Amino acid sequence: MIATHLPILQVVVPLIAAPLSVFCRRGTVAWALSFIVSIVALVISIALLVQVLDQGVLSYELGNWAAPWGIEYRVDAANAIVLLLISGISTVVLPYARTSIAHEVEANNQTLFYTCYLLCFTGLLGMVITGDAFNAFVFLEVSSLSTYVLVAMGAKRDRRALTAAYTYLVMGTLGATFFVIGVGLLYMMTGTLNIADLAQKIPEIGANRTLVVAFAFIVTGLGLKLALFPMHLWLPNAYAFAPSAVTVFLAATATKAALYLLLRFMFTVFGTGFPTFGPALTYMLLPLAVIAMFAASTVAIFQVDIKRMLAYSSVAQVGYMVLGLSFATVTGLTSTVLHLFNHALMKGALFMALGAVVMRFGDATMDTMRGLGRTMPWTMAAFVTGGLSLIGMPLTVGFISKWYLVVAALESDLWLIAVLVLASSLLAVIYIWRVVEVAYLEDPPVEVTAGEAPLTLLIPTWVLIGANIYFGIDASLTTRVAEEAARVLLGTAS
Amino acid sequence: MGTTDILGLFNYWMVIVLMMIGLYIVVSRGNLVKKVVGLNIFQTSVFLLYISMGKISGGTAPILTGKPEVYSNPLPHVLILTAIVVGVATTALGLALVVRIKNAYDTIEEDEIQAVDDDDEFGSAEDVQP
Repeated sequence: MIATHLPILQVVVPLIAAPLSVFCRRGTVAWALSFIVSIVALVISIALLVQVLDQGVLSYELGNWAAPWGIEYRVDAANAIVLLLISGISTVVLPYARTSIAHEVEANNQTLFYTCYLLCFTGLLGMVITGDAFNAFVFLEVSSLSTYVLVAMGAKRDRRALTAAYTYLVMGTLGATFFVIGVGLLYMMTGTLNIADLAQKIPEIGANRTLVVAFAFIVTGLGLKLALFPMHLWLPNAYAFAPSAVTVFLAATATKAALYLLLRFMFTVFGTGFPTFGPALTYMLLPLAVIAMFAASTVAIFQVDIKRMLAYSSVAQVGYMVLGLSFATVTGLTSTVLHLFNHALMKGALFMALGAVVMRFGDATMDTMRGLGRTMPWTMAAFVTGGLSLIGMPLTVGFISKWYLVVAALESDLWLIAVLVLASSLLAVIYIWRVVEVAYLEDPPVEVTAGEAPLTLLIPTWVLIGANIYFGIDASLTTRVAEEAARVLLGTAS
Repeated sequence: MGTTDILGLFNYWMVIVLMMIGLYIVVSRGNLVKKVVGLNIFQTSVFLLYISMGKISGGTAPILTGKPEVYSNPLPHVLILTAIVVGVATTALGLALVVRIKNAYDTIEEDEIQAVDDDDEFGSAEDVQP
């Protein structure tokens, strides 16, 4: 009985918990509530993924209103894996957040922190699970508005968190409004907001200027939200100054949910047959992705603040994901979905390791990192393993996604692109090595007395590192789901 | 394009004009409050776009009266109610952030904030030296 209602429960449980958490007077109670909700959401998303792999697409009609009129929640392989990623990362981040947030956010704001966290969690799950274009906008804004608050809560550590949150608010609102303009134009032409229905009606209308404009608005708006180069300017400061736990959560989930929406709109709604689809990929997304890979990685090399360095690295990694989708082949999309999942694991682990450093020293600059290999051996070991995964060492998840990306490039006869992917990985070697060098080869400053991070931070970090290695050795589950997702998106599902 | 076309599309021209005014304010103004206002104007243009597309000339409210009647499409109007709420929330949050920025920096001019931050980061050169 309850199994048929899983799609709506996935969103409603955290949505109801959010206002409830306001009534918790102590941060710890609100944290406990969030953690329980997160575990429930994880169980639901695992159940959904199992059902999808078993029976194919699940459709849920809200309030029993039939699909094209009512709002439909639609779960297939492509969003089931993103749901699993979001709720999984949340469940790992929350135990970490308890110590980290108690340290970085004022005591009287901690309850509200978890309220905003739950709202953000709801928004991300909602925009991924929904089968309705306008509903996706609403959830996009729910997650964005709460994200701005979460970023601003870093103000206790550094007041620049406020300006970072403000810039993010302006850019994020522009992006979301562009998206809603596109959705409005789609409705104007088709009279429907249901994604499956749109996918049927758009090919019937064919090349129409309003639709082309809608396509441009949606791709640009989502490009802003997923920090596609050169629309990434909000990201480095937002990640650098947000509280550590927020950085981990955002880096692992927020841009990924936006990327999922981009995939859904480009491939399912407009489809590969849409007139401007090919040119948009060849002349816009592919070049921008390649520039992102190089430009953002190069900027990362020169950063003094390591959190900001990793933020620039995220912009570069978004480049790899967009590159995969720009091939518009099954292997290309598989590599995008794989990297979406894998990058969340590696960047989550790396930002967690840095969060531990921030908690001990108040910041994470090159100077702080000196000699950390000796004073915080476990944290730095996690950082190095995560870094190797980011570079793409075999036996880590990074290797799996790079491998699929290179294979996809070669399949499309773009050998030059394949070479560029490998060359840009060398830039990652440089920026990770800089940190490793000061951490292991330099002596810690004499006055340093801080020791290893507490276990509450180390255990979640190593859980993610473990996931990096596990899915790097046995990638059968992730590749199977990613391939299925690619087929669903390209409309060639068996 | 004849005069009737231009007049017939009057709402859409206004949408574009408002949208551009809003975007221009967001990009060109350094005052953080003015930026929020620009963002507001930009969002208002989208409200107008949605409302215009549902309107049918001579159409009434969609109420069943028994007689056949021409009515405007209520759906875009309902959708935009949601977007208006989102817009209000964004404005409120944006202004709240400006208040916090004012408390932290004592200014709401973008270039002055930038100057203060640069001083913090690069000005005190002696303690950056390894």
